[in-house]
Amino acid sequence: MPAIEILGLEKTYSVGFWRKHTKRALHPLHLTVEDGEIFGFLGPNGAGKTTTLKLLMGLVFPTAGSARILDHEWTDPVVKAQIGFLPEQPYFYDHLTAHELLEYYGQLSGVPAKQRKVRVDEVLHQVGLRDVRGVQLRKFSKGMLQRVGIGQAILHNPKLVFFDEPMSGLDPMGRREVRDLMEELKHKGKTVFFSTHILSDAEALCDRVAIVHKGELRGIGAIEDLTSSVQGKVEMVWQGSLVPASIKALGAEIHVSGDRVRAIIDENQQDAVIDILRRERQRLIAVIPVRTSLETYFVEKLRRSETTAGRTA
Amino acid sequence: MKGRIAYIASNTFREAVRDRVLYNLIAFALLLSGAAILVGQISIEIEKLVVINLGLTAVSLFGVVIAIFIGIGLVSKEIEKRTLYTVLSRPVRRWEFIVGKFFGLAGTLVVNTFFMAVGVFGALFYVSHKFVRADALILVALYFIILEFLIICSLSLLFSSFSSPLLSAVFAFSLFVIGSFAEDLRNFAGMAHGISRWLATGAAYLVPNFSAFNVISSIAHEQPVASQLVVQNTLYALFYATMALSGAVLIFERRDLK
Amino acid sequence: MKQRRTISIVAGTCLILSLAAASVVLHHADKVRPQATLDEVLFLNSPKVIKRASLGYDGLVACIYWTRAVQYFGSRHQTYAASYNLLAPLLEITTHLDPKLVVAYEFGSSFLASKPPHGAGQPERAIELMEYGIQNNAGNWKLYYDLGFVYYMELKDYKKAADAFERGSHVPNAHPFLKVLAAQMAQHAGEYQTARMMWSATYQTSQDHQIRENAVEHLRALRVDEDVEHLQEAVTRYRERTGHLPASMAELAAAEGLHGIPTDPDGHPYKLTPEGRIEVRVPDDFPFATNGLPPGYQPQPKFHEHF
Repeated sequence: MPAIEILGLEKTYSVGFWRKHTKRALHPLHLTVEDGEIFGFLGPNGAGKTTTLKLLMGLVFPTAGSARILDHEWTDPVVKAQIGFLPEQPYFYDHLTAHELLEYYGQLSGVPAKQRKVRVDEVLHQVGLRDVRGVQLRKFSKGMLQRVGIGQAILHNPKLVFFDEPMSGLDPMGRREVRDLMEELKHKGKTVFFSTHILSDAEALCDRVAIVHKGELRGIGAIEDLTSSVQGKVEMVWQGSLVPASIKALGAEIHVSGDRVRAIIDENQQDAVIDILRRERQRLIAVIPVRTSLETYFVEKLRRSETTAGRTA
Repeated sequence: MKGRIAYIASNTFREAVRDRVLYNLIAFALLLSGAAILVGQISIEIEKLVVINLGLTAVSLFGVVIAIFIGIGLVSKEIEKRTLYTVLSRPVRRWEFIVGKFFGLAGTLVVNTFFMAVGVFGALFYVSHKFVRADALILVALYFIILEFLIICSLSLLFSSFSSPLLSAVFAFSLFVIGSFAEDLRNFAGMAHGISRWLATGAAYLVPNFSAFNVISSIAHEQPVASQLVVQNTLYALFYATMALSGAVLIFERRDLK
Repeated sequence: MKQRRTISIVAGTCLILSLAAASVVLHHADKVRPQATLDEVLFLNSPKVIKRASLGYDGLVACIYWTRAVQYFGSRHQTYAASYNLLAPLLEITTHLDPKLVVAYEFGSSFLASKPPHGAGQPERAIELMEYGIQNNAGNWKLYYDLGFVYYMELKDYKKAADAFERGSHVPNAHPFLKVLAAQMAQHAGEYQTARMMWSATYQTSQDHQIRENAVEHLRALRVDEDVEHLQEAVTRYRERTGHLPASMAELAAAEGLHGIPTDPDGHPYKLTPEGRIEVRVPDDFPFATNGLPPGYQPQPKFHEHF
């Protein structure tokens, strides 16, 4: 039984004063997330990730299509008791304490009163907010609010959690903790569906990812499979100021500064460049993989597919 | 269902109380005690009249301002701050949210009115040193004021369910003003002819009618209030609030929370 | 999805039913407490206080009070009320809020001065109102006319009436008839003629349909009064000549050399009672007539369509 089955959900917003113009936020989306996996939903800002999550949460209504969550119609209230949701950049009732807030959410999720107390303490401990009892949320930093957000999403021990940009606003330490938490959830047999625009987060965690851009699904699968189709870049640094013509011919981007040459080339030409440098007796200092953010990665991928299309035409 | 509505209501109440309702009580207390002491020194004849008029008018105006300014933020603020997302992704129906919010706000206003009423009676005792039977009429006026609040609450929720806070405030406040002159509006309608008369009469029945709720000045003169009026006002407030709430639910059920 | 539809249907039904119920309650409440809004005039009757309380929106509030005054008079008039206690305060508040609202003064001169059931029977307050109006609208000759009208019609004070008309005739662009009226007041001859002239002038110079209708009623009554007076004289002449009363209107008409039987403004022939009195067929149609009514006649409430 898949945890989530998205069957052609699509969303078109009417915009403008008279609602005459339409803006397509999401093209028909088909997607299946298996039970017990960590699934990354990748795409640059404005790609339709949040729209998809809102559709699944029943916060916006689809123009067409449907979905099944945990083997129920997605709008079924039964589903809601078994899922947790962390919105993007969460913000909560200013005048409550974290403890009161979680208590309230526990009530709404139907957690029995006896378990609620225990569970709230447990979760606050889990997200590292044990020591802020009695402090109202308006005094919380962005990172602390993010932790509260994660806490409320896992409070009622849901089978499936949706995190929208869970790492945003967190320091490196916090990111690490969130990663650990997601892995822990997976260990407990939960399914995690999270969106991000940061490739490395997905790489480190996900079993599978889906990539969306401009409201359309551009790829789905294990992260290595996807990135193999589009080559990454490496930066190669050698001593001296000589740039062999054969390297230039490979289309490298070259910067010379002092007695260092830095060349940025496609990953698959790395061996060829090493061979050339060896032949030319240049001293290679470093080979550094260039980590691109998902956004630049995409721009690159799109630029390439467009130029290819241009050439064939 | 009942439980969830109650939880939402009590959370709304708690938010409102911690937010700014208390400041209003302080302002009210200062105003009333200041006025009571002042009139106590100036006039002997009409001091009671002034305290009742001033006190009840202040209760009503403070309450209306609170009802509108908290009411309009109830839904739109939750959307803006995205707190609504974490509520509606739980087993909470949208209508339960609206109804819960309404009761929370209504509760806030009732409690607030209670404290202000204590203030009014206190000031009254200060100027007249005793209570008489006719003072019980003030309770009727307070009851009507609360009924009025219920209507305003439901209207601000209605506007809040589809409009921005600023526009909602403008709408709700204009309806409060129009509602205070609803009887005159119907007089205007009566003087029109043809289609405009029908339209004006329709509009006059659609806007809230607060003229029957304002008994402050007659109570200050110790005029009794017909028991029939109490029943009718109660029914009217209940029906009107139900109407506005149903409208809010209808709109909110369909709304995309962008 | 199905649940959403159910909720929508329930909410929609609730909305319609409760709106209907609210309207019914409201309608009901109106019957129970007629004039409830006006009660506040009893408590808050200082024009100055109301002007302060209107927070600078006195034009709008004046319109509201003007409407209330008209409504108040209209609904009281429908039932031929014996008193119009709130009319004067309502008009005073209205004109204090907006001293340029000339129609309010006109209304006052027509309905504040005349006796119940046709008006409040408070000519002194009418005069006060008119003087206040003249103070604030010195360039409007109509107000002098209205003032003279009250003196003439209600108080029969021909000297003061003449004075008012005289003052008005000096206003630039004043209607020439003010001079004529001033002269006629001095002679105070030809009662019917003067009255007819004044009511016609009121009819012609007013825009308010209630005031105009009132003028029409008075003009009709004047004709009846005059006709009946003439016919009654004819009956006397007939009796002096023949020693007995005429047997019918036809006999009287023949003796007077009239063509056909004389009719009232509605076209109904006048009738002759066995006692030799001339009467109108339908006294209710002439609420202001003083002649031609059955002995001990009391006007019946009638409902005006224009409210």
